[in-house]
Amino acid sequence: MDKLFNSKNDRILMVFINLFLWFSLIMVLYPLIYVLSASLSKPSEVIAGNVWLFPVEPTLVGYTTVFKNPKLMNGFYNSFIYMFFGTILNLVMTVLAAFPLSRKNFVGKKFFMTLFIITMFFSGGLIPLYLQVVRVGILDTRLAMMLPIALSVWNVIITRTFFQSTIPEAMYEASQIDGCKDFQFLIRIALPLSTPILAVMALYYGVSHWNSYFNALLYLKSENLFPLQIVLREILVLSKIDPTMIQDFDVILRKQGLADVVKYSIIVVASLPVLIIYPFVQKYFVKGIMIGALKG
Amino acid sequence: MINSNLNLLPKDKIKNIKKHYQLYLIILLPVIYLVVFHYMPMYGIQIAFKRFYVTRGFAESPWVGLKYFEQFFRSPSFSVVVRNTIYLSIYSIIAGFPFPIILALALNEVRSKRFVKTVQMVTYAPYFISTVVLVGLLYQLLDPNMGIVNKIINILGIESISFMSNTDYFRDVYVWSGIWQTMGYAAIIYLAALTGIDPQLQEAAIIDGASRLKRILHVDLPCISSTIIILFILSFGRIMSVGFEKVYLMQNPVNASTSEIIATYVYKIGFLNANFSFSTAVGLFQSVINFILVATVNIIAKKVSDYSLW
Repeated sequence: MDKLFNSKNDRILMVFINLFLWFSLIMVLYPLIYVLSASLSKPSEVIAGNVWLFPVEPTLVGYTTVFKNPKLMNGFYNSFIYMFFGTILNLVMTVLAAFPLSRKNFVGKKFFMTLFIITMFFSGGLIPLYLQVVRVGILDTRLAMMLPIALSVWNVIITRTFFQSTIPEAMYEASQIDGCKDFQFLIRIALPLSTPILAVMALYYGVSHWNSYFNALLYLKSENLFPLQIVLREILVLSKIDPTMIQDFDVILRKQGLADVVKYSIIVVASLPVLIIYPFVQKYFVKGIMIGALKG
Repeated sequence: MINSNLNLLPKDKIKNIKKHYQLYLIILLPVIYLVVFHYMPMYGIQIAFKRFYVTRGFAESPWVGLKYFEQFFRSPSFSVVVRNTIYLSIYSIIAGFPFPIILALALNEVRSKRFVKTVQMVTYAPYFISTVVLVGLLYQLLDPNMGIVNKIINILGIESISFMSNTDYFRDVYVWSGIWQTMGYAAIIYLAALTGIDPQLQEAAIIDGASRLKRILHVDLPCISSTIIILFILSFGRIMSVGFEKVYLMQNPVNASTSEIIATYVYKIGFLNANFSFSTAVGLFQSVINFILVATVNIIAKKVSDYSLW
């Protein structure tokens, strides 16, 4: 009797659980699909509100407009530079910080660890950091997009935890006895064993470089250095559409419609690089979060 | 050698330092980075107590004591920005906190691996959309004339709402779009905690005749409570520092009365009005309150549940 009662309740619960999951799925997916479809639809149809799920009278006019825009293309180029070199710098710095902190016989480990952790809780704040960037002499240069964020302490801690758990102390000691110095050990033995964590870190850092706009807002003045996100902000949020972008169309309504389709296309183009690689690297991200969760 | 440093004699320590001098060379570069971009700016906080002249530098500028703090506390903006900041973050925490937990608990019950993977992958995806694109997306989808949301509302017989330029809706849009973006990401950590539960506990509960709901409430939930509490502490620590980026992007003259928070205020005063000292003072006020909050919540959590950050 008891069992039957339970199984009936269980079934009702499972219905609710499935409903909840389907609801979440649709709520997240629908806006994304809508944006994709709108970006591929004829501008007048988007304006008229005929796009609901699939593209109506498919056209690539939005995308061709995007790729013809020199400002956007320059933004792409700059963002790529910041992401590529910024991530390399991040990885080097993170490994250099994490490796010594992961060694047991590193005298002063506590002191150095505290030095790192303090910066997670206290910071100079916006203006003092800005003044420092000015003093270092990198204001309005590409370096301003990389040096002030050369490493993230949180990622150092995750990498350190990885080193601690995957590079056995015994191996380290054996190599010491064989006369292997620390630097050599790091390059020849520790790094080859750490490709999973390096992949996770490259992804974390890479995505944050690609998506960040605040540093550029603070430190960059020259338009030719602007990363993609700053250009996107002008177009998507401040709605400053370059009139030359849509000169082919004279009717205002059509201009408005094209502007909308262009915006949807921009949203797709800007997010696509990250969203395409994401399913392939998802498991690494999950791994990274879990390593971080082990020891926060 | 396997013993940690604490047990080493001083002379062993010196021997160790000599033997591993390379470790110090390795960590040199990161330490220089910390000093230049974290500790030197901390030294710069003193301008909050000084009348700062760019030409004179930190040391030469005259002290003014708490003048800028008083100025901030007396200004009409004070109560507005502090209230907006607290309101916005508490709303975010209260509304946003349960969803990832419910999502994780629900996913944990579903047996179809493929469905679980699909839901996870899809709900996780918005996390990778940049803030600029997200806000751009909101402007498009919530547009009073052409946005899909208002079109759906119109079908239901309600007039269009201009969500993005409305004082009343700013917080709702901010919070719910945040939940949309981060629910899947935040659920991962709970899912990881759930998979770590000993299956024997579940089996014992089944044998005792516990229903599925009872197992969720009395086995799953208590098992992940430490994770929940730690994340809760962390989110309270961020109360005073709600994301500048998204608020600033969503801000416009129309919604300023609810959208002006401490972080955007600091930015505007500092960069747009070039009042460096005043801006630094406001920023310092924010981080001090922040730290007090983390510490307090941490103490409470320790008392109530044994779990804490330190």
